[in-house]
Amino acid sequence: MKLNLKIWRQENASEKGRLVDYQLDGVTTHMSFLEMMDMLNQLLIEKGERTIEFDHDCREGICGQCGMMINGRAHGPLANTTTCQLHMRSFKDGETIYVEPFRSSAFTVLRDLKIDRGSFDRIIQAGGFISASTGQAPEANSIPIAHETAEAAFDAAACIGCGACVATCKNSSAALFTAAKVVHLAILPQGKLETAKRVDAMVQQMDAEGFGHCSNTEACEVECPQGISVLHIARFNYLYHESRLLSKT
Amino acid sequence: MVKTKGATTQGYKLWMALTGLFLCVFLVIHVLGNLQLFLPAEEARIQFNWYSQLLSNNLIIKIISYVLYLSIIAHVVYAIILSLKKQKANGVKYAYDQRGAVSPWYSRNMGVLGTIIFLFLIVHLKDFWYQYKFTELPLDAHGQKDLYTIVVSAYQELWYVMLYEVGLLALGFHLLHGFFSAIRTLGLYHPKYVKLAKWVAWVYTLAITLGFMAMPIYVYLSH
Repeated sequence: MKLNLKIWRQENASEKGRLVDYQLDGVTTHMSFLEMMDMLNQLLIEKGERTIEFDHDCREGICGQCGMMINGRAHGPLANTTTCQLHMRSFKDGETIYVEPFRSSAFTVLRDLKIDRGSFDRIIQAGGFISASTGQAPEANSIPIAHETAEAAFDAAACIGCGACVATCKNSSAALFTAAKVVHLAILPQGKLETAKRVDAMVQQMDAEGFGHCSNTEACEVECPQGISVLHIARFNYLYHESRLLSKT
Repeated sequence: MVKTKGATTQGYKLWMALTGLFLCVFLVIHVLGNLQLFLPAEEARIQFNWYSQLLSNNLIIKIISYVLYLSIIAHVVYAIILSLKKQKANGVKYAYDQRGAVSPWYSRNMGVLGTIIFLFLIVHLKDFWYQYKFTELPLDAHGQKDLYTIVVSAYQELWYVMLYEVGLLALGFHLLHGFFSAIRTLGLYHPKYVKLAKWVAWVYTLAITLGFMAMPIYVYLSH
């Protein structure tokens, strides 16, 4: 198949970017979106041009590195799919495809489609941990946890931090990401104890990074590759209000 | 974990939710009281004017009305603050944007709907609330201010009825998302009750919106 691509090119964080047109022939429907990008980059190398930079790692849909705005949708037209798991069979021959980086003032575009998601890391650093002494891995059965609880915690922990929730949000809110991290720890006995401090610190950091508010449009749940439920945001709200109401300071 | 102080977006959202839900409760009282307009004309006049006088003379209602004015102002002010923050958070716009495909249009346009409601509210308050409170009105047979006549004569103009229908439609969509969103913001997370909340939001919105929308049309057609 033949494609008309309009791809965002930007030299660095301080310079302005623009959409550049590329024509690509010989794409097969079995290719993943990233393989199609590789093919285009190969042509650019042969022509002696600078390749289009984008993040990727596992290409198995589990690492959360890849992420592009494809035809105006985070990770492309399919719901709950990473960019690497999107295949060219989702597009038509002769189609024009717009490719842009995930946008938010909290995600700096480093070059082309590559963004800095350090803001997510700093939210985690603010409170996404438990203050336990390190050492050997503890005996797994020393703290009994019901199967349902473990599964529920894992549903939240499944977040891969790709940033699609922020990219698709009309307010560039990191509520789904932060909620997933907060709830994951809040429902486990190891994490429960520090919930109030944690949720407060993570909310403060979320704001400091410049993310917007959550207005419950639920778009994030649709685009999230892991299908993290928006009900985590509700629980996160509950835990935040609880922490403020019961805070001693 | 360093605990810092200050207003958070989460805090602003909480106030949006609380003021919004208070306004939702007010609308229930408002629509129930206005149902008296559907009575036969002469009975409606006495009933409606009696009810208006009852409300304006009651101390508790007076206190609630001040909370109501404050709620409207707070709801608008917090909406503006959040909307400015959002613009800053969004940064560079997408060149090609299809994000709207995955969420309902009214949930993404609460600000626009809110602005329409606000403009509508100015007209609504100027024509009824201001007239009742600050101008000399003719009295009915019981010596009560005749608000009923003011209401009925206002809805004799088709364009005015249409204006109300548009304003109320905007209110309807605003409520449809707002009611559910407020409950989500407060933190209702149990799947069973979330479903119930969505259902209640629909029933509430339909009852309020259709109830209000029927009034100008009924008055226009029956007088």
